[in-house]
This record gives sequence, C-alpha cells and structure tokens, in this order.
Amino acid sequence: MTLDRQYFDEMHSGTDNVRGPYAEYKTWFAQEDAARLSKKSKEAESFFRRTGITFNVYGQAAAQERLIPFDLIPRIIANREWTKLSKGIEQRVRGINAFLHDIYHRQEILRAGIVPVELIAQNEAFLPQMIGVSPPGGIYTHIVGTDIVRTGEDDFFVLEDNARTPSGVSYMLENRETMLQMFPELFSKIKVQPVSDYPKNLRRSLAACAPRNCDGKPTVAVLTPGIHNSAYFEHSFLADQMGVELVEGHDLQVVDGRIAMRTTEGYQVIDVLYRRVDDDFLDPLNFNPSSMLGVPGILDVYRAGNITIANAPGTGIADDKAIYSYMPDIIEFYTGEKAILRNVETYRCSDPDSLKYVLDNLSDLVVKEVHGSGGYGMLVGPAASKKELATFAAKLRRSPSNYIAQPTLSLSTVPIFTKKGLAPRHVDLRPFALVSPNEMNITPGGLTRVALKAGSLVVNSSQGGGTKDTWVLED
Amino acid sequence: MLGKTAGGIYWMFRFLERSENTARLIEAGFRIALTKSKDPASEWKSVLTTAGVRRNYDLKYDGYTAANALDFLLRDTDNPSSVISSIENARTNARMVRTALTTEVWEAVNESWMALRAALKTPVTETKLPAVLGEIRRHTALVRGAVHGTMLRNDIFDFTQIGIALERADNTARIIDVKYYTLLPSASYVGSTLDNVQWETILRSVSAHRSFRWLNDHDISPASIAEFLIFDSRFPRSLSFCSRLLEDNLGYLAKDYKRHLPCHEMIEAQRNILRDRDIASVFDEGLHDFITSFIRQNNALGLQIEQDYRFVG
Repeated sequence: MTLDRQYFDEMHSGTDNVRGPYAEYKTWFAQEDAARLSKKSKEAESFFRRTGITFNVYGQAAAQERLIPFDLIPRIIANREWTKLSKGIEQRVRGINAFLHDIYHRQEILRAGIVPVELIAQNEAFLPQMIGVSPPGGIYTHIVGTDIVRTGEDDFFVLEDNARTPSGVSYMLENRETMLQMFPELFSKIKVQPVSDYPKNLRRSLAACAPRNCDGKPTVAVLTPGIHNSAYFEHSFLADQMGVELVEGHDLQVVDGRIAMRTTEGYQVIDVLYRRVDDDFLDPLNFNPSSMLGVPGILDVYRAGNITIANAPGTGIADDKAIYSYMPDIIEFYTGEKAILRNVETYRCSDPDSLKYVLDNLSDLVVKEVHGSGGYGMLVGPAASKKELATFAAKLRRSPSNYIAQPTLSLSTVPIFTKKGLAPRHVDLRPFALVSPNEMNITPGGLTRVALKAGSLVVNSSQGGGTKDTWVLED
Repeated sequence: MLGKTAGGIYWMFRFLERSENTARLIEAGFRIALTKSKDPASEWKSVLTTAGVRRNYDLKYDGYTAANALDFLLRDTDNPSSVISSIENARTNARMVRTALTTEVWEAVNESWMALRAALKTPVTETKLPAVLGEIRRHTALVRGAVHGTMLRNDIFDFTQIGIALERADNTARIIDVKYYTLLPSASYVGSTLDNVQWETILRSVSAHRSFRWLNDHDISPASIAEFLIFDSRFPRSLSFCSRLLEDNLGYLAKDYKRHLPCHEMIEAQRNILRDRDIASVFDEGLHDFITSFIRQNNALGLQIEQDYRFVG
C-alpha cells in the first residue's frame, strides 16, 4: 500500500538536509562502498542463521524457524529526545504498577469513576485469583516493553503497553552485537550509549524482588513453554546471559510449599521465576486445567508469598487494549501528573456512537482486537480491499466490544539499505523497562521494528517486519 | 544442573555419535559391496541389521539395493536412526540445552544441521556418496573439537562423554553381534577369501583397518580381531575403552555430587567383566552369548543413568 502522505523521515526529515542525530552517520555512509555494505548485509544474515537467532512461526509446517530480517542502517535517537522518552516511560510504568495494585486491592479508581467497573469485571485479563494478593516487593510488572511510535519532530505516542511478557529484547542485544562486529569503526567515531548491561540488570532487578523468606542469594530461573514457542530463542538467550536455569513446567513441582526444580542432585528451590508462559497456562489447578506448560499449584505458592513470579499473574489487565484508552487518566490519578507521553486517539467499539463512527470510517482506521497481539486479527483500513472491509465490518457488528479502532498514524520512517540505495520504511520502537523496589532501569534505545515492504505500516515480525539496531547518542 | 538438561546433553551426544557411526557403517558396506562382495544385497542387509533398522526397512522396501539402503540410512525421516533424523534430534536436544553449551559447540551443531540438511536434501547418488560421508564425518568432528576445546570439565562435560561412550559401545557390540559368525574359529574358513572380506568389513566399520594392522602385523585372525574390538583399551571404539570412559565420567559425577548410585554399581560390574576375562574365555562361553549379554547390560546401564540423574520427572 502506498499512501499519499508526507511522512516524517528520521534521517532526512522532509528536505534533503540531514537531521542532527544522523549527521555523523550520514557522512560515514556517504563514503562507504555500496558493494561492501551489501556483502556485510549478507554476512549478518549468515551470522544470525549460524547462531540460530530465529523465531518460530505458528501454523506453518515447513520452514518453522525463520530469521527476523536485520537492516544494517541504525535508527538514531538524540540524547535529549531519549531523556524525554525515558521520563515518559518511567512515569507510565509507575502508573501501571500503581493501577495494578489498586485494581487487585481497594479499587479506588473504580470508585472514583475514572475506569468503568464493567470494563474490569467482564475482562478476561482480570484475574479474581489475584484479589488481595500482594506480590513480593509490591511489584506487579517487572519487565515492560512500551511500544512507541513517532509522527513528527516532537510527536511521540504510546501505541501499546506490553505489561505481560514483552519479547524482543534479545534482538535488541544481538542487533548491537552484530553492528559492533560489522562496523567497529563506527562506534569509535560515534558515541552510542551501550545496551549490553541488560541481562545483568535483569538478573539484579529480579533478584531484588525475591520473596521475604529467601535467605542468601536468590535462585532465579526462566520458565519457557519449550522449544516450539515462537520466542524460545529469546528465553534460552536470556537464561544463558543471566547465568540461570531455563526451566519448563515439567521440571518444576511444589516441594514443601515452595517451587523447586528437578536437578541431577534432587529438587532445588526457586525464589524468582521469570515466566514467559501466559497466565492462562501458568497453573492447571487454578487456571486452564488442560495446560501442560505450567506448574500445578504454583499460584497457591505465590499467594502464600513463597515465590516471586515476574511478571505477576493478572498484569494483562493493564495492557488490555480497552484499558489503553483510559491510560492518560490512570497515570494522572496515581502520579498526580499529566502523562508525558501521549496516547493515540482510540475509539472503543463497545460504545454505540464510536462503533457507528468506526463503521462509517473503516477505510481510514486501524482496528485491533482488544485481546490480540502480534498483529494477528487486525485490520489496516487504508490497505484493505472492499471485501476485507465488508467482512471486518460484519465481525465488528457481531462483537463490537472485542475491538478498538485508531486513526491510521503517519508513522515516521527511517531508511533501510536496499540494492537500489536507501529507501524509507515505517518504524516503531519498543524500549524495555526493568522495575524493582529499589529502582527503575530503562535500557537506552530498545528494539526498532521496521516494516520492510514499501508503504507498509505493519512492523510485526510475524507479518514480515524486520529490526534495526537502535542508537541513543551520548550527549 | 537440571535433570532435563543432563538428559538433553546425553541424548544430543548419543545422536551425534549415532550419525557418525551410521556414516561409517555405510562407508564400509559401500566399499565392500563395490569391491569384494559377490552378493551386494546381503552386504546391505547386514549393514541395515547392524544399524538396528532392518525391520523398519523391510516394512518399506522389498529387497536390498544400494539406492534404497543408502536412502533409508541417510535421508529417511521415517527411520529414527538415519543420519538426517540423528542430526535433527541432536540439534533439537542442543536447542533445548543451549544454556549448557558454549557458543562454539552450539554453533558447530547448528552448522552441522544446516550443512547436512542441505547435503541430504536430494537422494545421494553413488558418485556423491564419498563427499557426503566425508561431510558427515567432518561436521561431527567439528562438534567434538569444539566440546574438547571450549567446555568446562564439569558435570555437563561428563554427560557428553557418557552419551558418547554408551552409544559407541552399543554400536561396536552390534557390529560384533551381526558378524560374530565370521569371527568364530572354524577350520573350514581359515585362509579363505570370504572371511578376509568379512574381517575387513568389520574393521572398516569401526575405522580400524589401519590401526589394527599397525598393532597386529603378524596375527590377523578372528581371535585377534575379536580381542581388539572387545579388550584393546588403546582403541577408542573398543568395548573396553568405552567402558572405561563411562567408568571415569560416572566416577567424576559421583565425586562431584558426593553420591554413589545404582549406575555406579552397574558400571563396576561391566568393568569387571571386561577386565577379568580374556578372549579365550569369551570363545569358551560363546562369543554370541557374551555380546548379547553385553548389549543388554549396556542398555540397562543407560536406563539406570537416566533414572539416577533424573532426566525425566
């Protein structure tokens, strides 16, 4: 799809001039030989294949492991831009944790009438099992990946708050490693803030959230659904980088009221479990009884305060797309400050007036499933055929409360490297925040996802998106 | 270390060893069928039997041709012991235990998998066979080299060696089992070309045709070959060598974990048999009985290790 619009290009911004953050890079790039870069690009791909940095695609029998295409042109953010962004993220994540505590305890925000009661009560992401439970350290969402898009020089919007089990951080780290290997000279010329401390910070942050009865050094483990999960590479990568065990449900069991893993020498207690398994599959006794991925009884151990689960069960209520539209009010309610980062205007289709507007303007809007993720089940109006629009309209009428709609944003572009030279492509950004009782740590930059098809606005890896290394410049 | 991880490491190395052994069996069988045998079909039949896959093969094909046997042993995903299945299994286990492997080992396995998948994508013709077999050997050697050069000598390493030793002992024992009749001292065979061919097959199947000659220049007899394959602890594929490798590595685990387990009793028994016996007494007992009982005991030891170190819950 090609839209007749002017987009904000982060490297070139409208005119032929180069925007400040890209000045030094552009000078370097101009002196580079395109053939050499082409060769580097292929090298990067074979490096990813060899090291097995792949993701699995569901529902495709052949070629189950795919590479996420990597583009060698970095996405560059000025330090002052980052300062504002990271303040905004920090505020938002503080708000989300306060909201989660409140929603599972006194529910002041419902009493104040800021968030409608039915939105919580009828929401599958709200876990009644969590009511009255106070997680160790008071933290609900320990790892957050906030999706941010840009439309202009100073226009940043939060598209989604990923407060459950955000993924992609391994690509952030591997992309930087790849760039360092391919272009060491660039990093001595241009001062880029490092990202490589993330695994160390993650481990420290998780350990700081250990339950009170943990004596000595907390034992941390990563819980994965297994090698067939789409993000398995990331699970094993993070466990490896942190130097902790990667466990599956069948490695764990409740022993004397604690969660323990089966080792070659017997069962060993785990204090903090960084789980990459969805709530529903976490505990067959308390949630989905047919789950083979979880640990029977883990929620009871958790409620007794004998293990930390990161992120806590039930955090999905905060990144639900229906709750999203209330986020500016939520932040203000708990922090007493205006939200620094803006929300994208959102129409809740559960509201009859909004539904009418959405149906009337479907071809201009992006419609998302309230509980969907990964770009599945989503309609990009301007790119859809008449038939697709009609089918989707029918779905909307059938279950309006399943959907929200947003205007099609003019996402900023950053050039990618192609055989014919630089070509602008739409990008988003997912920075990663780590939360512990002591501090919040936001890695400078994050994961830049890029739509590789010209004009496309869908950046998800499952839908043909790629990634870029993301640089935050030193001052 | 997780029990699951120990199991993954153990199986990863069993499968790698298996792919290499299968390649070696094919190489020997192919050479004999090509150069010496008047009956290539029975040669392939014997290769399939040694690889332990003849029953599955018979379900699929009538008769033993080079093309079918090669395809079944190299590329057939219905055959769980084919080279492609073994390398696929080794790599799946490696993915599962990736945190326990060094980057070099993981990359070596992953590259083997990529290269062999490409090499085995289409049927392997007789012209291409030597190159493909060479590639299989080269890649398994790369993994082994990465293991020895980069892995810590801890319990993880011990489980790699245990997997290799068990699989290898099983393989050598099965080669003897299938060919045992040619090793029986029978006056009517001595000096005939037939047994020379059979003996050479045996030695080639364990890549020992040269080393055996180095060690036994003047004594090429069934008894000396059997003795070499069973008792010679200098030869890295002999039962005695494998058994010692197992004893050493199970011993390191016992020391490391400070626990003496049932598998330690079993390896001790296996060692004693190989230490106390000589080839004459084996022939007295009957080579066939000796070998079948070894195979049974070796399998039981594998199962006991799985249990003692909690590979599965």
